[in-house]
Amino acid sequence: MSLGPHLLLALMEGTVAAFVLALTALGLALVFGVMRIVNVAHGEFFMLGAVLAWAFAHLIGSPALGFLVAIIASPIIVGGAALAIDRMILRRFNYQPEATIVATIGLLYIIQQLVLVFYGPDARSVEAPINFRIQLPWFGYSGYKVVVAGIAALLLLATWYGIARTKLGLVMRATQFDSETAQAFGIPVDRVYAAVFAIGAMLAAIAGVLIVPIKQAYYLMGLDPLLLSFIVVIIGGLGSLRGAIIAAFVIGISDGVISVFFSPNLSKILATLLVALVLVFRPEGLFGGKAR
Amino acid sequence: MRGPQHRVLALHGSVLALLFLLQFVLPAYHHTNFTSIMVLATYGIGYNILIGYTGLLSLGHAMFFAAGLYAAGLTVHYFNLDPVSAFLFGAVAALAFAAAVGLVALRTTGVSFMIVTMMFSQACFLLILYFNEVTRGDEGIVLTEAARQIGDFSLVNPAVRYNLALALFAIAVALCFILIRSRVGRVLVAIRENEERVKMLGYHTFRYKLLALALSGMLSGAAGAAYALMFGYVGATFASIEYSIYALLWVLLGGSGTILGPIVGALLMFYLVEWTSEVTESYRIVVGAVLVLLTLFFPKGILGTLREKRLRWLP
Amino acid sequence: MSFLETRSLSRRFGGLTAVDQVDFRLDPGEIRAVIGPNGAGKTTLVSMISGRVAPSTGAILFGGDDITRLPPWERVARGIVYTFQITSVFRNLSCFDNVALAAQRALTLGKAPWHRIDHGALASAVTNALQRVELTERSDTPAANLPYGHQRLLEVAMSLALKPRLLVLDEPTQGLSEAEITNFCKLVREIAADATILLIEHNMDVVMELAQRITVMSNGAILAEGTPAEITANAAVQQAYLGA
Repeated sequence: MSLGPHLLLALMEGTVAAFVLALTALGLALVFGVMRIVNVAHGEFFMLGAVLAWAFAHLIGSPALGFLVAIIASPIIVGGAALAIDRMILRRFNYQPEATIVATIGLLYIIQQLVLVFYGPDARSVEAPINFRIQLPWFGYSGYKVVVAGIAALLLLATWYGIARTKLGLVMRATQFDSETAQAFGIPVDRVYAAVFAIGAMLAAIAGVLIVPIKQAYYLMGLDPLLLSFIVVIIGGLGSLRGAIIAAFVIGISDGVISVFFSPNLSKILATLLVALVLVFRPEGLFGGKAR
Repeated sequence: MRGPQHRVLALHGSVLALLFLLQFVLPAYHHTNFTSIMVLATYGIGYNILIGYTGLLSLGHAMFFAAGLYAAGLTVHYFNLDPVSAFLFGAVAALAFAAAVGLVALRTTGVSFMIVTMMFSQACFLLILYFNEVTRGDEGIVLTEAARQIGDFSLVNPAVRYNLALALFAIAVALCFILIRSRVGRVLVAIRENEERVKMLGYHTFRYKLLALALSGMLSGAAGAAYALMFGYVGATFASIEYSIYALLWVLLGGSGTILGPIVGALLMFYLVEWTSEVTESYRIVVGAVLVLLTLFFPKGILGTLREKRLRWLP
Repeated sequence: MSFLETRSLSRRFGGLTAVDQVDFRLDPGEIRAVIGPNGAGKTTLVSMISGRVAPSTGAILFGGDDITRLPPWERVARGIVYTFQITSVFRNLSCFDNVALAAQRALTLGKAPWHRIDHGALASAVTNALQRVELTERSDTPAANLPYGHQRLLEVAMSLALKPRLLVLDEPTQGLSEAEITNFCKLVREIAADATILLIEHNMDVVMELAQRITVMSNGAILAEGTPAEITANAAVQQAYLGA
């Protein structure tokens, strides 16, 4: 394959990865933006989504039906788990930032262990629900990947709509702006936090379901999306949802291109160094003065 | 600090004496365990200077441990440097590296500092894998016995190793003690309590934090260098996020901001993981559960809680 | 050349202008009170002078030097010391350590960072500062265990240990009892013997007793300035503040 088509393929792969990354990072950015906490176990919600997708596909037998069930049921299960975590742990120490980080690191290990026990140490693949290929002049491209990009785009739009146009979104934005005042105006801040934490987890879980026919489900697969989400959320400006999505595309696409032409490790090293540069030259665009 | 000075010296002296005496009674297996626990506790003490005394939570300290580990291990492997020079080189390399990281990372505070240190550490881990030809990546490099000889003493000999590990740990304890009782230590603790106020007292707090990070990195790196030389192995695992989290775990469990906290935490975790692995093969759940339980019920850790309830003089 | 001067100093927070083009002068050795209703911009003004808040526009001159862009620690080195409105002593440190932090700073100013200071000199500087606020006996007590009034005094002792040329006191008597206020006024007058004092205060009795001149702020600007008698007689001030 000559350079042009090769580059086109890299761009297409990068774009699909960027959509999935945007979905995952949006969950992390939402949780940070509204609750001012960093969820280190976010990647594990992604992993749980992927593992559940495998489980449903395996139980049901038909790839298409399994996928349909998974994309609805997995986020519900993961969201439920997130609600339980919020109630039983995070709320207990009032979302204190350092404690939250330590506790979510603990959760990361616990979730990994549970998956290891019930699912095992193997990486397992799931058949794509559809398997037509889009034939381009130079190469064929997986139709499923296009579907992934489409679903992710729809969900990004839906999340935007939910935040910008619905009552729940308004309540969330009010809480983000000033949780004490919000409380004083009768907004149930506790419930908003629980909902936001669950929604963040669900977005990651859906991303996990989408990725599993492309990559394999594996109990340690959560680390990469976690780190990439961190990079994206920092570069986009923590708490800024639009920034996170733009950054997801910049990082996702360049990651795709550099991975194809050079090496995946190099691309991640570069992304990490980019974080450093952003921090040095645009500190105000990042955590701002609000993070403490 | 007047008054409890005697008790403090007596306590730390007896802990070190106890560790010295233990080598004559411990069975071979635990003898080796204690050697590695003392080295790892030194890493913990380095970490504690930053988190416990300066109030900066880093999630990437494995990069400093690994900096010392690789600086020492690679120079021995490729340049046949003698172990003493390699150790010193490891510590100095980690110091320089920590200072360089600090110049960038300390521009951030709080949560972003945690993420940035974590990202840097991950970049180091990936760089080690990327330069696979030099580092042998995950597989790592085994240092030969011949290369690990200091005069007549071989680092393969358990007794030599044990006592060197003890000496390293004792130096770390002493350094930490001198630091926190010094003028600089007083400023660091004040930064932990309220950085804004320290600025208004006329301090350039960035410089103090940089100093704390450099010292912290140096001690962590010294521990890494010692680990490479004593156990003759250098590998990418030591740079993984997991090793950063271990330091956090030991310090929080033992009690952050206490001198002996790191060794208490390292010792407990080592045997807790050891013991549960025999039963269930599931160290992750132990690590995870301890972290969650600590945040929920013992945010000050074992010695921190003890200090609050009983021993106010504990440093 | 004046001791302290601000030239069209402004600070905006988003759409709000907290301090608007303020020209303010302070003479050496005076006790100046700044009064005004809440939100008048008093704290923002002194925060810019002490370096906690960066000005949006304008300049600050101290002893003729432009200090507008200097970080707080360099202003402390020049003798500008700020005493916090909300008590912010280091609660987990002893009174001794609290004051020692300030004293060791004063003793090492202009010296190399590794410069050794004599333990005796540090101890006597700390004792001296604690003595002036009558807290010598609480030297080993953690600051958190002090009653509120004493915490305020500890805060002042920390500022004194820095050897201020200009001491900014931001609502120092808030939350103090009558007796404590009387003692506090005495203390301020003693301090004024070798420092200029800039005082934000709501308690008009304290203002009238201490201040040689009074600056009245309203809506981010200086409304009036003069001796206590002039201010009491000023109709605009009466309307904007005293009469309200």
